[in-house]
Amino acid sequence: MSEAGVDVQSVSFGYGATRVLEDVSLTVRKGEFFAFLGPSGSGKTTLLRLIAGFGQPERGRIMIGGRDATRLAPWDRNVGLVFQSYALWPHMTVGENVAFGLEQRRVGRAERDRRVRAALDLVGLAQFIDRRPAQLSGGQQQRVAIARTLAIEPDVLLLDEPLSNLDAGLRAGVRAELVELQRRLGLTTILVTHDQEEANAAADRMAVLHEGRVLQVGAPTELYDHPVNRFVAGFLGTANMLEGALDAEGFHTGGLLLPMPSGIAETGPPGRATLALRPQAITLLREGGALQARVLRAEFLGGHVRYTLEAGEGLRLVAEEPHLRGLAPLSAGSAIGLALDPAQATLLRQ
Amino acid sequence: MSATTEAAPARPFLARYRTEASPVQIVAALLVAAFLLAFLIVPVGRVFMVAFQAGDGAFTLVHFADFFRTSLFIESFWNSLYVASMSVVFASLIAVPLAVMLARYRFPGTALITTLGVLPLVMPPFVGAVAMQLVFGRNGTVNLLLMDWFGFRLDLMDGLNGVIFVQSLHYFPFILMNLTASLSNVDISMEEAGQNLGAKNFTLLRRIVLPLALPGYLAGASLVFVKVFDDLATPLMLNVTNMLAPQAYLRVTSVGLADPMGYVISVILVVVSVAAMGLAALLLRGRDYATQQRGGGGLGRRELSRRGLILCWCFVVPVLFLVLAPHIGILLLSFGTIWSFSPLPDGLTLEHYGTVLRETPQFITNTLLYCGLAGLIDVVIGVTIAWLVLRTKLPGRKLLDLAAMSALAVPGLVLGIGILRTYFDVKLWDGASLATSWIMLTIVLAVRRLPYALRASTAALQQVHRSLEEAAENMGAGKVTTLRRIVVPLMAGGLAAAFVTSFATAAVELSATLVLATRDVDAPLSFGIYLFMQSASGRGPGAALGVIAVLVVAICTFAAHRFAERERGRRTRSSDPRAA
Repeated sequence: MSEAGVDVQSVSFGYGATRVLEDVSLTVRKGEFFAFLGPSGSGKTTLLRLIAGFGQPERGRIMIGGRDATRLAPWDRNVGLVFQSYALWPHMTVGENVAFGLEQRRVGRAERDRRVRAALDLVGLAQFIDRRPAQLSGGQQQRVAIARTLAIEPDVLLLDEPLSNLDAGLRAGVRAELVELQRRLGLTTILVTHDQEEANAAADRMAVLHEGRVLQVGAPTELYDHPVNRFVAGFLGTANMLEGALDAEGFHTGGLLLPMPSGIAETGPPGRATLALRPQAITLLREGGALQARVLRAEFLGGHVRYTLEAGEGLRLVAEEPHLRGLAPLSAGSAIGLALDPAQATLLRQ
Repeated sequence: MSATTEAAPARPFLARYRTEASPVQIVAALLVAAFLLAFLIVPVGRVFMVAFQAGDGAFTLVHFADFFRTSLFIESFWNSLYVASMSVVFASLIAVPLAVMLARYRFPGTALITTLGVLPLVMPPFVGAVAMQLVFGRNGTVNLLLMDWFGFRLDLMDGLNGVIFVQSLHYFPFILMNLTASLSNVDISMEEAGQNLGAKNFTLLRRIVLPLALPGYLAGASLVFVKVFDDLATPLMLNVTNMLAPQAYLRVTSVGLADPMGYVISVILVVVSVAAMGLAALLLRGRDYATQQRGGGGLGRRELSRRGLILCWCFVVPVLFLVLAPHIGILLLSFGTIWSFSPLPDGLTLEHYGTVLRETPQFITNTLLYCGLAGLIDVVIGVTIAWLVLRTKLPGRKLLDLAAMSALAVPGLVLGIGILRTYFDVKLWDGASLATSWIMLTIVLAVRRLPYALRASTAALQQVHRSLEEAAENMGAGKVTTLRRIVVPLMAGGLAAAFVTSFATAAVELSATLVLATRDVDAPLSFGIYLFMQSASGRGPGAALGVIAVLVVAICTFAAHRFAERERGRRTRSSDPRAA
């Protein structure tokens, strides 16, 4: 159904001396569910607003559906933005809210009524058409906001932190509904979020933003498994960041030598580097093991136990072990063997 | 709490009241209630009774029938309605564009508009009225120049037009302030959502922005309507007597206290005022949008195009001229020698100030005394009611609050007439009537300004969260120490602002003052201005007094603003841990 992809080309933006976006480029493909992921202040919402036309980039271009939209006014873009606050107009009913965009497009009365109904049906709120927004729950308000946006049949759907105003218990369900709706409509969609779990679960691909730059673009598993730098590795889940030196023997850190897969050492010159290692890539061995460690702290988290360990000369490691009935967590001070899988390690050179 | 719960089965009645009211609370509440009863409720009640009472004391509607049979009264009634409505229309024409500019656009003259919104308020309308005559009147500056250059004149100041003109210019800031606040509260994303769905410029304004700001507009507009409808001093100053308030005043002062017509008109004034406010409240019901909006995008001001900028200036500059006209007029009048049938005074002199300070210094000292005392009374009663409402469970505490606030709906003229009727026969030690003594004038000023002080006190006390007191008590401080060390210091700024506001607005009160002040020696500033302005030779000294009054109000307004700002600054600093 959706005709348009979004192409952001070398966009820079700032408020006075404050730089918000610096040379940002990325491509959102037609019909794709894309996420902008980053901490607050990373510029992700600003980028989304630039795509909607709220602000002009200082440099660069924004193409929507192959058309240069950089200088288009917000009302000439046919891009649907669902606001973080929903921005439902309290002086209009649900039906009037949804009909507004159609009125602006001079859609005839009969056609308008039909499309308002259809949009509300889509989000399952047709029975609330005559209510005021204030009479609805937060989740319902959000669905009205989505229906209002979908009613104009936008080329691109933009979602600004759509789950942040919902109770924690509602989020997973609403997220699944959003994804299902997007798949059904095949609508190019961009989601802005600071929650990596939200982005991982919903997006086909995503861009990690930090301090106004795009650090990496890719599918969620790709970014998790092959982060390009410390920030991406740390922002997407937990990772042990080991500082050390790489040479032909392997990776030297904290008085230990960690073997490396044969390919890695050849990818660049030897020297200082960081090794990122996911907690679940460290296997705890009750007996034996190439490396010996001491348990500093054990945290029982339900599905798994997280251990803080010390190995070699003061090397701190976080490891996770699935918890099963009958398996007592190791107490602080116990000695333990470790097995590291070199294939799971990511070598980061800055 | 737990101790009294245990005692409850043994002495249920007493125990219940012990948890809900201490003797101090009861005494405080009774004192406040007695004050309100004596100086607000009974006098206004007397006005209503007289209006509905036949000679033998029985209930009758005959006075109202008389009222509606008298063509002068009917005419006055329609005139008052007409003047109040047209004042709202013209005030809106000035205020709405200014508010939109202020809240929605990056306009370089923002500070100017803000100033525009304060300037009229520091000039009492009855002072402004005289100056407006000199600038815009039949033989005023503008018309003399128009006659010289173009051979025609504008009858802006004739009859009802003059009242509408003066009142709209004086009261438009009420609409401006309320509407600006309301517009600023509209989350910017509400507008962006409209733009995102295809609405722009005027459609956006008409469909989204103005409907959302409607509550603020209605609040301001109803206030303007009521103030103008009830006003006595401005029409009198302009020699317009065929309106309701002047008619009531003339009946009571010329025909006498026994004439029922003054009371009938008073009742009509109160009923129309209350009805107007009630109508506004009814229209506003379910439209309090401010609380329904999440997030809050702050102020999203848009850039103006060059054409828009020119349009804005073309509006702001003439408005500035209109707003400044009474100020300049009164200043010229106070320094001018003779100013008659000429665009400007013939010469400049300090003589009028000399006259005022030499011959009638009591006007100024009286005002300082009466209004200072009235402000003090207001702060004390305001804090007491606020404390009873917010910090105790005393039965009937809300009623006290309501009674004090109801003073807003009582025109000064009506309260004055009621006081006169109730206390005229009460003689003081020197044989003078209590009703016309300076003591009563002070009390009436206090009653009239109590609502402002009460709201300010309530706001100040609300900001002192209960937990701040509990923290002090937890550290071992008793009630008195907590009050002295924690509550009072935290409320000080708000109370100072309350005092200054009461003081400044009381200083330019004229409606009740006209009714109650009889002797020159006891009269305050506002009455002095009125007296001087009655004769052509007194206009200079009257204007000098007017300038002094404007200065007093301006300084007090500035001070109140500073107190409030300082408080706000302190609060935002203390709530921001980074700056601690």
